[in-house]
Amino acid sequence: MPASVKTRKGLDIRLKGGAHGETHGLAAPGRFSIHPTDFHGLIPRMAAKAGTEIQAGDVLFTDKKNPEVKFVSAISGTVQEPIRGEKRRILRVDVVAGGSGVVEHTALNASSATGDQVRSAMLESGFWPMLRQRPFDVMPTPTSQPRDIFVSGFDSAPLAPTAGQVLEGRMDVFRAGLAFLNAMLDGKKVELGVRAGDDTFSQVSEANITSFDGPHPAGNVGVQIHNVRPMNKGEEVWTVTLQDVANIGEGLSQGRYVAKRIVALTGSRSQPALLDTTIGAPMSHLIADRVMMEDTRVISGHALTGSLRGEEGALGFFDQQITCLPEGHEPLFFLTKGWLGPGFDKFSASRAFPTWLLPKGKEYDLSTNNNGEERAFVVTGQYDAVFPFDIYPVQLIKSIMVGDIDRMEKLGIYEVAPEDFALCEYVCTSKIAVQDIVRKGLDQMIEEFA
Amino acid sequence: MKALHKLIEERVKPNFTGDGKLKRFWVVFDSLETFLFTPGHTTSKGVHVRDGIDLKRTMFLVIVAMLPALLFGTWNIGHQYYLSLGEITTADAWSAMFLDKIIIGAIKVVPLIVVSYATGLGIEFIIAGVNGHSINEGFLVSGMLIPLIMPVDVPLWMVAVATAFAVLIAKEVFGGTGMNILNVALTARAFLFFAYPKQMSGEIWIHNVMGSKAAGTLQMADGYTGATALGQLANTVGQPVGGEVSTEVMSMFVDGGMFSFMNCFIGTIPGSVAETSALAALLGAALLIWTGIGSWRIISSFIVGGLVMGVIFNALGLNAYMTIGPVHQIVMGGFMFGAVFMATDPVSAAQTNTGKWVYGFLGGFFSIMIRVFNPAYPEGVMMAILFMNVMAPTIDHYVIESNIRRREKRLAQAAIA
Repeated sequence: MPASVKTRKGLDIRLKGGAHGETHGLAAPGRFSIHPTDFHGLIPRMAAKAGTEIQAGDVLFTDKKNPEVKFVSAISGTVQEPIRGEKRRILRVDVVAGGSGVVEHTALNASSATGDQVRSAMLESGFWPMLRQRPFDVMPTPTSQPRDIFVSGFDSAPLAPTAGQVLEGRMDVFRAGLAFLNAMLDGKKVELGVRAGDDTFSQVSEANITSFDGPHPAGNVGVQIHNVRPMNKGEEVWTVTLQDVANIGEGLSQGRYVAKRIVALTGSRSQPALLDTTIGAPMSHLIADRVMMEDTRVISGHALTGSLRGEEGALGFFDQQITCLPEGHEPLFFLTKGWLGPGFDKFSASRAFPTWLLPKGKEYDLSTNNNGEERAFVVTGQYDAVFPFDIYPVQLIKSIMVGDIDRMEKLGIYEVAPEDFALCEYVCTSKIAVQDIVRKGLDQMIEEFA
Repeated sequence: MKALHKLIEERVKPNFTGDGKLKRFWVVFDSLETFLFTPGHTTSKGVHVRDGIDLKRTMFLVIVAMLPALLFGTWNIGHQYYLSLGEITTADAWSAMFLDKIIIGAIKVVPLIVVSYATGLGIEFIIAGVNGHSINEGFLVSGMLIPLIMPVDVPLWMVAVATAFAVLIAKEVFGGTGMNILNVALTARAFLFFAYPKQMSGEIWIHNVMGSKAAGTLQMADGYTGATALGQLANTVGQPVGGEVSTEVMSMFVDGGMFSFMNCFIGTIPGSVAETSALAALLGAALLIWTGIGSWRIISSFIVGGLVMGVIFNALGLNAYMTIGPVHQIVMGGFMFGAVFMATDPVSAAQTNTGKWVYGFLGGFFSIMIRVFNPAYPEGVMMAILFMNVMAPTIDHYVIESNIRRREKRLAQAAIA
């Protein structure tokens, strides 16, 4: 009987357009791309010259600060000139598919590999960037030793695919992946948080399982860490996504880089579908013909934390979802659709709209309209209601706004990532950019420790 | 509506932008345009979808919650006026001379509201224009609250002065909406209370009594006095419980008396414009709690705090005032109105959930304590809430410190293990 945690605080935003049914295998993409910007704070140093032919698994670039960390190509082909932004910052590295060949490494055995073997294999074969660490929500350094490794067994975000959907047929390699991660933990086991009632993981013995029952963000790994074993100052915890645990399991046991990705195409402007593809596939490849493009925002990730890539960009490295929402740039007349309208189509955490009286199963076609203008903090208690941490969110945000490092530390900044504040931002009456503020606070802490 | 928006964008807006001849009034235009149309701004960073709620709807719902108190208060002004003249008696039906009562009430209330909004919004527009920021909606509520807590016969110029004082000193000097320490509307009331004590006492609770008396044209009906319940009770302080004064006053508070429990609860008694009816305030509370906009923690703990103090006073029973039942205590004066609309102001109240319990309880507790202990301040609610406004950051401080200590304790335990 696994330990169970019930969280009450949070909100499930019921959007239209969830993906169900069969998974469609997509043809191999014609291009592979990495956005170094997906790894917060990373400064890439190119390892492969533009125009060279590379094999799948060859190094594209390394981390300037930690040269052991390698970012590899998932396909064989020709390296392109990196796409750069301001100050020649590299925004995207592309490989155009062609040729064949795979870089082979020593295969490891999940039941006997040692921690050092796993660590060096992950660095060598390009799996290291799949790790993320708390505090600060960045990639861990190659020499760091985590207190725990946490894996969230479900994504509770709006329209996110289920664990069963993304791990279909990959349970063996997923378990191997857990075993590899365990090897780096000196006798401890990975902590896996599963959704209460989900039996996808019933056979898993390679992790300590805790079941979570509650609305979003119960599936956020930060919430699970906080409830199982909260972070203290000076401690470090690693997190890995479900699909990447399976990639690590498959890749290390075969001795090659594996970057499979099940992606849920969702949202009211799309024909929802589950797509079987690879990390780094261009957005245009994934959404082909399945999305009404006019006045549509195509988001890599979910509606609360996702990013914009443009058609040419690739799916976010950690994303397993594309959300297509109508853009909301129509002004809203106050009596009909605006602030004084009846609002049967507005999904709100407050009960200022009648939608909370409507049936719970109703799904909403929300647009990207801001629904108001930014204001000073006025309403209180709103963030607390959707923030399942023993942390005072508004006070923490205010300490970040004034740049008080000492206070941020005292109020618990080590335990949070911007995504944990996504719902606070959603419900905010004053339309404050909460996640952005939290990211700035974390960056300030990183600088302080550097 | 698209046509209207197009008209505004193409014909009206250019006057206020660039070299338009009205560009100084951009803030006015901008706030009116965003009033009519929620701008087509889309989310730019962070979340891609936003909750439908905004400050405009929030503030509007608070005003809707005040409507029962406002409407009842309007009727009651007329009601008290005709009672004082002896043209009706308390035995008459509420509908007697209904229209006349409403007209008298409206004659008093409408100018109060107009003066309050004109003064406050005028100042806000000027300051927003000078600072180049958009208008916050906060004053929509303050501007309605101020007239509702004014004595009926208060001169309009005093309302204007008080509003200006409150907006400037209580709010704008701190940085505007969301930054103030004291509740704006109560600051306006307190300003009048301390700046014009002479004008703020006497029979100002009933329309036209003072002026007519001075002119010798008014003869009050027998047995009718223009004093409020709290004003009457203040007379018993320092008097023996069974004494002549106490007995006379207390006779008004029994069933059938002018300030019987039912009269106080329903609100057919003299008092500030909209504070008299506990029932109307509770209707507002129902809407605020139902929509989640008013803090149920503050409202309920405020009421509990008042009841507890009332019970303590009952047990002491040192004067006739203390012997009033606790439930009777909290339906008199501005207690309910304060609990529902003043104490719950999120900016000046405690912000943490635990803090809200403490803040509300002490607010209610002190309200009853001040009114009984210090008859010079018959309206203890105003003083108590302003005091708690000042204390709120301290309450929050201790709540947050205990959170910080929990974290430090955890760290210490982890270090041992």
